[in-house]
Amino acid sequence: MAILEVSNIRKSFGKNEVLKNIGFTLEKGEVLSIIGSSGSGKTTLLRCLNFLETADCGKIEVDGNVLFDSEDKGKLSEDKIRENRLNFGLVFQDFNLFPQYTVLQNLTLAPTLLKKGDEASVRANALDIIKKVGLEDKINFYPCQLSGGQKQRVAIARALALEPKILFFDEPTSALDPELTVEVLKVIKSLRDMGRTMVVVTHEMEFARNVSDKIIFMADGVIEEAGTPEEVFDDPKSEKTRAFLHKSFE
Amino acid sequence: MSFLEVTAFLFDGFKISLLIFAVTLLCGAPLGLPIAFCSMSRFKIVRSVSKVIVWIVRGVPLMLQIFIIYYVPGLLFEYQLFGKIDRFMFLEYGIADAGRITAVLIAFTINYACYFSEIYRGGIESISRGQYEAGYVLGLTKSQIFRKIILKQVIQRIVPPMSNEIITLIKDTALANCIMVCEIIKNAKELAATKALIWPLFFTGVFYLVFVGILTIVLNKLEKKLSYFRS
Repeated sequence: MAILEVSNIRKSFGKNEVLKNIGFTLEKGEVLSIIGSSGSGKTTLLRCLNFLETADCGKIEVDGNVLFDSEDKGKLSEDKIRENRLNFGLVFQDFNLFPQYTVLQNLTLAPTLLKKGDEASVRANALDIIKKVGLEDKINFYPCQLSGGQKQRVAIARALALEPKILFFDEPTSALDPELTVEVLKVIKSLRDMGRTMVVVTHEMEFARNVSDKIIFMADGVIEEAGTPEEVFDDPKSEKTRAFLHKSFE
Repeated sequence: MSFLEVTAFLFDGFKISLLIFAVTLLCGAPLGLPIAFCSMSRFKIVRSVSKVIVWIVRGVPLMLQIFIIYYVPGLLFEYQLFGKIDRFMFLEYGIADAGRITAVLIAFTINYACYFSEIYRGGIESISRGQYEAGYVLGLTKSQIFRKIILKQVIQRIVPPMSNEIITLIKDTALANCIMVCEIIKNAKELAATKALIWPLFFTGVFYLVFVGILTIVLNKLEKKLSYFRS
């Protein structure tokens, strides 16, 4: 059974229809990369899945549980939305670390507030995750003392600290200098090797090709093409995909 | 009158100035927060009412506001509330000016709360959406996000404008002498009138300078203490 099933997602801002009938499924342990030019709706899709925006229409299921169904009458309560969000982790383009907390505190804040365990176990878990992103020597640093790549690794660790079923990345390397993207992409690769289920919105074509099990190419709010990396990159069916890839690899 | 006697007499007045300063800060600073929230409310009517109040309070001289608070109960309801407090406290406890000081404290607290509210609003609105969203995706409640993530960043940002306002406040306390509250300038003017001494009036400046000096040191320390992070 698919861990994530998304069907018929639509979202408009005013008259501007940003997402038109988006649907896809993701199996446990799979990595899905969403590519496409700016304004194609990739980020809005992630935001809808994380309930930062409410889709106008559609259905979101995780592990067979319906989190959102526009057919259901009545608004989702705030508590229900919070509960839904905990299925997912989201890593932002611009990190959004909490500046007044140290690296370790950034990781322990939410688990502590959500009472995910006693202080010692939350801390032990955080230290364990920090090691996975290779920043164990920075636990007492404040975000302003870190490089962009390190910040993003902390942001990834912070999302992992709540053990989400699926981890989403919204252009995780777009705010980084080219030499810093490598370390972040390395971490994402290592997470794939550990069997994490992930959805990555990215402009890094080589990376998408190498780490993904599935690729979705979005254009003008629709999924223009979907398939394995080989299918999408080597043998694109759609004219728009071809044009996009051509530009990206120029 | 010796120098020491004059200093002691002026210091008696300065104690009243400090009282007005402390009470205004202690009451006005918290009161500014609900006003700030009203000014940012989702409901247009709440927002509008709050903004009109802030406009009036910031738009009218503080001296006039003191007159209004002091005289309006008598003019509208023929009940001289503050005069009655004055008399009662003097006759019962021998405390002078209690009613006048109360009127001044009310006017100052409302006035400064409105100024503070605008500083808070600016601070809160300057925090990026991303900080809230990072909190949301971690499953935190709105109140947790505000208390644990936003508040400290806001405090860091508002310390410099608040310092400015706090320093203005101690000097504004001199306005209390418009309804004959015996603060330091009033006492100095009394010396000029009764003892023909003009220098004490200028000497009051030293009291303000010393106090502002202390405030500056304390506020700078606070600013430095909060500078361990950059938001």
